[in-house]
Amino acid sequence: MEDFGTQVVPVIPRLRRYARALTGGHLIADDLVQDTLERAWTKRHLWREGSDLRAWMFTVMHNVYVNQVRARIADAVTPLDVEALNIPVRDNAADMLEVADIDVALRKLPDDQREVLLLVALEQLSYGETAAVLGIPVGTVMSRLFRARERVRVLLGDAPVAAQATQTALKVIK
Amino acid sequence: MTKPAITEAELQAHVDGQLPEAARARVDAYLGENPHEVRRLAGYSAQNQGLHDTYDHALDEAVPAHLIARVRGRGGWCGTWLARAPVMRYAAVLAWLVFGGLIGWQLRGMQGGSESARAAAAPSFARQAAIAHVVYSPEVRHPVEVGADQEAHLVAWLSKRIGAQLRVPRLAEQGYSLVGGRLLPGTPDERAPIAQFMYQDAKGQRLTLYVRSDADRSRETAFRFAQEKNIGVFYWVDQKLGYALSGDIEKNELLRVAHAVYQQLNP
Repeated sequence: MEDFGTQVVPVIPRLRRYARALTGGHLIADDLVQDTLERAWTKRHLWREGSDLRAWMFTVMHNVYVNQVRARIADAVTPLDVEALNIPVRDNAADMLEVADIDVALRKLPDDQREVLLLVALEQLSYGETAAVLGIPVGTVMSRLFRARERVRVLLGDAPVAAQATQTALKVIK
Repeated sequence: MTKPAITEAELQAHVDGQLPEAARARVDAYLGENPHEVRRLAGYSAQNQGLHDTYDHALDEAVPAHLIARVRGRGGWCGTWLARAPVMRYAAVLAWLVFGGLIGWQLRGMQGGSESARAAAAPSFARQAAIAHVVYSPEVRHPVEVGADQEAHLVAWLSKRIGAQLRVPRLAEQGYSLVGGRLLPGTPDERAPIAQFMYQDAKGQRLTLYVRSDADRSRETAFRFAQEKNIGVFYWVDQKLGYALSGDIEKNELLRVAHAVYQQLNP
């Protein structure tokens, strides 16, 4: 039987990828990974041998992120209220939005939407796994996922704001 | 005409490949009739791809030893990982050199014949500085490792690593503010690492100041200029430190900034 640490090491690159996308910075991301690994190590008796270690590590990271890092980042970054922006559809400003990369768009999402989008779209967890990691119902995962994707679409200039608003009004979120 | 009862959750699942087999035909039929929805979902798929393009490189990076140490237990297997850590570090340095080489090759390849002969003759220090400039200055999110907001830490850290007391010139008068800095690997024969400071003006135009210690035995202090494709580099050696200021700006403008750097470092 391999010990806990041996099994965690191969998961670290995934944790770093997720942490970087989540926090937007290399240094702060590795701090998050480090805190996560420390916490996982002290709580390792709670992990059930044979269950998916990756999902468990994401759960630990989520808890660490919520408890510690979120407060730190909140000091430095104020999330932009996208709805309050009057984004012109076709002028220079819109062109700039289109070239802005997805990392910039992610920074403008609320934390809870960003986590869902990244776990599903980047880490390719199932909706059920994502719900378990974040401790929320699957229905909440789906509605956050939809809102995150729509926001990013608008931010990347992929959807005119007005058209997007009418479309989403017709959608039933389950 | 009967509208199929499609939920948004099913459309999201279609994007993520998590749609149950039983729902597929219904969703496909709905999408067949709604091209604007196909477009919207294609946008979501492009986001998925964009996330991978942006962050997947994190998977290929060597994991720092201090992270592995967090879960290494007290005994046994940790020894092997610690032993491997330096190898991984060398691998990272090697990867950087290969990457730099590729970019250098690209710079050379894009030049005309006579210019490329000149580039080949240009001292490698200026060339390395230009390569480092090309690699890091376009970075949007991670142009530097330590930002200007932690300048004291940045200077102390880089000074310690390159083995010489560094000072950061203030270029506000020339219209440039400090973005921050990073540590770069030295060349195979000059093993001391290299410090790179990045500046930018109000329009986002970036300059990098590349500093290495024990630069040249000749104690050369005159300004020299090298042109690597569109990157101009002024470089000089002063008090055991070699400096190279690189930027994609007009030569006289670059010289003006280089003079300011020089004067501040030699009050």
